[in-house]
Amino acid sequence: MKKVIANTTVECTEEGYLTDFGQWNKDIARAIAKEQGIELGDDHWKVIEYLQEKHQKEEALTIRGIKKSGVIDVKTFYKLFPGGPLKKATMIAGIPKPKGCI
Amino acid sequence: MILPDEQKVQLQTKSLDYDILIIATGTKIVPEETEGMKGPMWHKNIFDFYTYEGAKALRNKLRKWKGGTMLVHITEMPIKCPVAPLEFAFLADAFFTNKGMRDSVHIKIVTPLSGVFTKQKANEALHHLLIEKNIEEVTDFNIERVDYENNKIIDYADREVAYDLLVTVPTNMGDPVIERSGLGDELHFVPTHKTTLQTIAHENIFALGDATNLPASKAGSVAHFEAEILTENILRYIDGQPLKKEFDGHANCFIETGYNKALLIDFNYTQEPVTGTFPFPGVGPLKLLEESRSNHWGKMAFRWIYWNMLIKGVHIPFVSATMTKKGKNI
Ligand SMILES: Cc1cc2nc3c(=O)[nH]c(=O)nc-3n(C[C@H](O)[C@H](O)[C@H](O)COP(=O)(O)OP(=O)(O)OC[C@H]3O[C@@H](n4cnc5c(N)ncnc54)[C@H](O)[C@@H]3O)c2cc1C
Repeated sequence: MKKVIANTTVECTEEGYLTDFGQWNKDIARAIAKEQGIELGDDHWKVIEYLQEKHQKEEALTIRGIKKSGVIDVKTFYKLFPGGPLKKATMIAGIPKPKGCI
Repeated sequence: MILPDEQKVQLQTKSLDYDILIIATGTKIVPEETEGMKGPMWHKNIFDFYTYEGAKALRNKLRKWKGGTMLVHITEMPIKCPVAPLEFAFLADAFFTNKGMRDSVHIKIVTPLSGVFTKQKANEALHHLLIEKNIEEVTDFNIERVDYENNKIIDYADREVAYDLLVTVPTNMGDPVIERSGLGDELHFVPTHKTTLQTIAHENIFALGDATNLPASKAGSVAHFEAEILTENILRYIDGQPLKKEFDGHANCFIETGYNKALLIDFNYTQEPVTGTFPFPGVGPLKLLEESRSNHWGKMAFRWIYWNMLIKGVHIPFVSATMTKKGKNI
């Protein structure tokens, strides 16, 4: 479906995840974050860049990965993106929601 | 230890040379990964059921347990047989009901995922089972530690869930030999091409089943379907032909729901479980994503099929290595 974020029309899933990373930019990230009640600071951007990098390498995004990343510890990750940090952080980063296998 | 550059497997006392290697070392639980899990209460009021010792200790505990809150807990994904915890909760419900003590048992499933069933259609179709069976769910729970002194588990957001009996599926990891050999990812699973089953790092090493990092279920059915494609690809590799990119993540799992009923799901990398009939379109006799007695008898029949056909390598008629869309309501 289409959605207007930061004055730009983007393609996204029903839940609000961008389906084309090419449409992502920092303004869109800020706007999505705002919808989630998050104001993006330096630490948020570090996490976002890390997630985008991992996604490009097609590596699975997990809490364990965050723990081992050296970018941030898990407690802080939860504080930065309260309530479902991976789900929120990936949405802001413009990449798909991590899926667990059934 | 595996020495890929020398094409050798080093055993304790001798070494084996190979031209082609297939890794199928599976996955194991590693409760040590979670603080407080494998402490003094391990197999006292904290149990796994993924090992023989754990399952047996839990059986003995359940025989004399007087009731209280039982958590069925998943530590982190991926785990082998992702439906096993759910199946355990369903069977526990039936077990306590039959014992006439269901009223004094509170069953909660605690999962790091956003739903008990990770796929949306399955969630919608099956959520009513949790309500009917009075099983509560706690979702998005990423455990930080077990507070075994106060009988509660705590997540990174400082949420606490109290228990009297903790039945957990600890972190699943590949065998330590994979780590020692430098062949694994952070969970010691072997990075493998999802469609050919050749490993990413070495073209003469292939991987199969739970040992791989494939985004498919870690299930016996998956290993079985993979094996058919792997066999063909190894023959092609020997002949110097291009490998078939055929594996589609096909999984087929029965889920016992208690009271002689079961569910059946059939899906792959891209097709999530849906309703329908299996293996014959419109006929069944098995029903997809719906509770039925015939599914339970299907699972019972599978015991015979396992020992007399699967283990002997006899092809099971009507069930193909790749998933069919026939009979599925897509
Ligand atoms: C409770 C439970 C219920 C399940 N129910 C189902 C179900 O209903 N349907 C289904 O399809 N699947 C089910 N599964 C999953 C299924 O058991 C596994 O997915 C399947 O066994 C994987 O096969 P595998 O050959 O990859 O690994 P495994 O069966 O684990 O085999 C690996 C083998 O490698 C050996 N090994 C490992 N390391 C070494 C080493 N260093 N040296 C020598 N040997 C080594 C191990 O000893 C083991 O024998 C269930 C699992 C559990 C725990």
